[in-house]
Amino acid sequence: MAGKEIDAPTGIETTGHSWDGIKELNNPLPRWWLTVFYISIVWSFAYWIFMPSWPGISGHLKGTRNHSERANVERAVADLESMRADQMKRLLTVGSVSEIESDPDLQLFALTAGKSIFGDNCATCHGAGGQGNVGYPNLADDDWLWGGTLSDIQTTIHYGIRSDHPEARINQMMGYGETGALSGDQISDVVEHVMTISGRDADAAAAARGAEVFAVQCVSCHGPDGKGMKALGAPNLTDGIWLYGGERQDIQKSLYFGRSGVMPAWTGRLSEEQMTALAVYVHSLGGGE
Amino acid sequence: MTATSNVPAPAQDGGSEVPFIAAFLAVGALLALFIAARTPDAMMSAHAMMFLLAFIAGAFALVHHASSGNRLTQDVYEMGVVKAGVFASVFWGVAGFLVGVIIAAQLAFPNLLYFEDLGWTNFGRLRPLHTSAVIFAFGGNVLMSTSFYVVQRTCRARLFGGLTPWVVFWGYNLFIVIAATGYLMGVTQSREYAEPEWYADIWLTIIWVLYLVVFLGTLLKRKEPHIYVANWFYLAFIVTIAMLHIVNNLAIPVSLLSTKSYSLFPGVQDALTQWWYGHNAVGFFLTAGFLAIMYYFIPKRAERPVYSYRLSIIHFWSLIFIYIWAGPHHLHYTALPEWAQTLGMTFSVMLWMPSWGGMINGLMTLSGAWDKLRTDPVIRMLIVSVAFYGMSTFEGPLMSVRAVNSLSHYTDWTIGHVHSGALGWVGYVSFGALYCLVPWLWKRKQLYSNALVEWHFWVSTIGILLYITSMWVSGIMQGLMWRAYNSLGFLEYSFVETVDAMHPYYVIRMTGGLLFLIGALIMAYNLWRTAKGDVRAREFAASPALAPAE
Repeated sequence: MAGKEIDAPTGIETTGHSWDGIKELNNPLPRWWLTVFYISIVWSFAYWIFMPSWPGISGHLKGTRNHSERANVERAVADLESMRADQMKRLLTVGSVSEIESDPDLQLFALTAGKSIFGDNCATCHGAGGQGNVGYPNLADDDWLWGGTLSDIQTTIHYGIRSDHPEARINQMMGYGETGALSGDQISDVVEHVMTISGRDADAAAAARGAEVFAVQCVSCHGPDGKGMKALGAPNLTDGIWLYGGERQDIQKSLYFGRSGVMPAWTGRLSEEQMTALAVYVHSLGGGE
Repeated sequence: MTATSNVPAPAQDGGSEVPFIAAFLAVGALLALFIAARTPDAMMSAHAMMFLLAFIAGAFALVHHASSGNRLTQDVYEMGVVKAGVFASVFWGVAGFLVGVIIAAQLAFPNLLYFEDLGWTNFGRLRPLHTSAVIFAFGGNVLMSTSFYVVQRTCRARLFGGLTPWVVFWGYNLFIVIAATGYLMGVTQSREYAEPEWYADIWLTIIWVLYLVVFLGTLLKRKEPHIYVANWFYLAFIVTIAMLHIVNNLAIPVSLLSTKSYSLFPGVQDALTQWWYGHNAVGFFLTAGFLAIMYYFIPKRAERPVYSYRLSIIHFWSLIFIYIWAGPHHLHYTALPEWAQTLGMTFSVMLWMPSWGGMINGLMTLSGAWDKLRTDPVIRMLIVSVAFYGMSTFEGPLMSVRAVNSLSHYTDWTIGHVHSGALGWVGYVSFGALYCLVPWLWKRKQLYSNALVEWHFWVSTIGILLYITSMWVSGIMQGLMWRAYNSLGFLEYSFVETVDAMHPYYVIRMTGGLLFLIGALIMAYNLWRTAKGDVRAREFAASPALAPAE
C-alpha cells in the first residue's frame, strides 16, 4: 500500500488509499458546516421542548407552549363564523330583492358570500363568471329556463333540476328519434321549422311540413310560437340562445336523443343562509327578474 | 496486493448459476401460464402473457448462451451489462421526458389534448407513466449501470454471479414495462411513486434482492483493502430501497388471479407509511444513489482527489440516519398527529447540513482544477448538477417548516422543487456520467462532439430555469390566492380562478420541459455517434479532446 502523500495543487495530505486512481484528501470538516449542523440540532431540541414532539407509551410530549393545531383551527373557524353570524341570520328573513337592496351592508354581504359560494360549488359547470357552457346555462343573461325571480332561483338551488330530490324541477325533452315517435324525415322537417322561427335561412317546404309536426308534438311545452314556457322549464327557441347549440346538427341531435341535463339539489349540502346568499348573487349576475 | 496493479485475475466464477436461472425461468413461465389461462381479469391476463413471453425469451437466451460455448468473456470486467444499462438509460430518459412534455401540455391546454375515447391518454394515466419512467426507468437504469461499473472498477473485481447481473438488468426492465403498461390500462394501487400492483411489486422484490446479491458479492471479493465511498452510497441505496419497497407495498391481493390488492395499513397509518416511503425514495434513490455517481465520476473526470475523506464519512452517516425520519413533512396540517409533524419537520431541518456535505465534497473536489469548468462541458454539467443539488437540499428543509409548508403545500412550488432536483441534480449528474461512460465503455478516445455537449448543456439549463422559475411564481401565487380572504371573511378567489391564473406559467413550464427534452435528444445523438467511433470533424479549439480515463 502506498504511503500518505501530499497533493501538490492544494498542499493537503491524502489518506493514502487509491481506488481506480481516485484518492481522497484528508481535509477537516469545514468549520462553518459543522457549526450550522450543530445549530440545527440544538434548534431541533429546543423545538421539541416547546412543541408537541416525542411519543411514549401513552400519549406524547405536549410541549411547554401547549400548542394544538386542531384547537387553533377550531378557534379560527369559530371566530370566522361569529364574525359573519349576524348578517347570516338576517339573510334568513329576507323575502325579496328590494328588501336586500334597501340595506347596502346586507346586500354587499350577500353578494360577497354568494360569490364565494358560487366559486366553490357552481363555477365548475356554470363558469367562474356564471357565463355557462354547452349544456350548462348562462346565468349572466336574462334568459331564464325556470324563471329568474329571487324565489325562482332559490327554488332551483334548493331542489335542483331532475335531481334526486322529490321537489326537483322536472320536465322531459324526449328523444323523438330514439323512441320512434317521429321519423327521420319528420325530425329534419322540424329542424327546418326551428331554423325558420329562430330567424335563419331554411328550406321553406320542409319548414312548412315541420310546422305541422311542431304544432302537434312541441307546442304543449314550447308554445305555439316556440317562445317556451318558464313554468315548465321549456326554452324559448326563437331568441338565438341555445343550451345545447343552435346549429342544424345540434338541434337534430336534441330532437333525436332528447335532452335531460341534471342540476343537483343543494339542500343538505349548503345551509339556508348560504343558498339565499347564492340566489342573491346569481340574481345580480345579469338579468334577475 | 498492491495499488499499482490495476488488473485483477480473470474471472473465476460463471456457469454455476445457470441451472438456477433455468429453474427460475421455468417456474416463472409455468406460473404465468397458469394465471394467463385462468384469470377472468383482462389486464391480469395481458400482464401474465407479458411475463410468459419474457420468460420464454429468457429461456431462449439462456440456451443460446449455454450452447454457443463462449461462456463468459475473458475480459476481466463484465461491461456488457453496463453497456446495456447505458442504452436503456438513454431510451427511457428520452421516453420519460417526452411524456413529461405531453402532460405539461395537457395541463397548459386541457381542451386541446383531451381525447374522450382514448382513456389511456388521460393525464391521470400518463402522470405516473412520466414519474415512473424518469425516476425508476431512467434513474434506475443509470444507477444500476453506473453501480455495476463503479463497483467493479473500485473493487478491482468482476461482477459477482456470472449471468445474474443480466437477470437483474432484464428483470428490472421487465418490471418497468409491466408497471408502465399497467398505468396505461388503469392498473394502479394509487400510491405515489409506488403505483404498480402486488405482482409487479413481488417481481421487483426478487430482482432487487438479486441486485443486492450481485453488488454485495462483488464488494466481498474486492481486491482493495477498503470500500470506496461511492460504494457505501450505492449499498445504502440498494438496502434501504429494498426495505422501503417491501414495507410500503404490504398488501393483500384480492386473489392470485386479480390485479387488485388492498393495503395492510388503515387510514393515516397508511398515509404515513406511504410518505415514509415516498420521501425516502427521494432520499435513498434520488439522493444517496446519485451521490454515489457523483463520488466516482467527478474525481475521475476532474482527475482530482475527493476533497475530504472525513466529511464523506460524517455526511454519509448523518444523511443515512436523519433522512429516514423526515417523511412526515409531506403530511403537515393533515390528520397526522402534530407530534409526528414536528419530528418530520425538525429532522428535515437537521438534514440540511448532511445533504450539503455531499455538495461541498463534490464542488471542492475541483480545487486545483477549476479551469476545467471552462474547458470541459462534461465537468461543467457534473458541477452544475451539484449546485442544483445544493439548491434543492436547501429548499427542501425550508419547505418542510410548517409555516412555509402552509403556503407551499399542494401548490406548484412543490413541483418546481422536485424538478430542480430531478432535472438539475439527477438529470445532470446522470448525463455527466453517461458522457463519461460511453467513451470509456466503447473504448473511444473522446466524445463525438464536445460542441454538442455545450449545446445540450445550455439548451437544457435554460429549460430548467424556465421550468423552476415559472413554478415558483405559479406556486406562490396559487398558495396566496387559495388563502386570500376578503374583509367580510369569505374566500377571495374560487378554485377555478386560481387554475385560470396559472395558465401562462404552465405554458412557460411546458416550454422549459421541451428544451430539456431537446437537450436529451442532442445527447442521445452524440452518444450514439461516440459509440460508433465517430469524431466530429470541426470541433472548436476551446474544448480540447480529453483523454479518456482508461
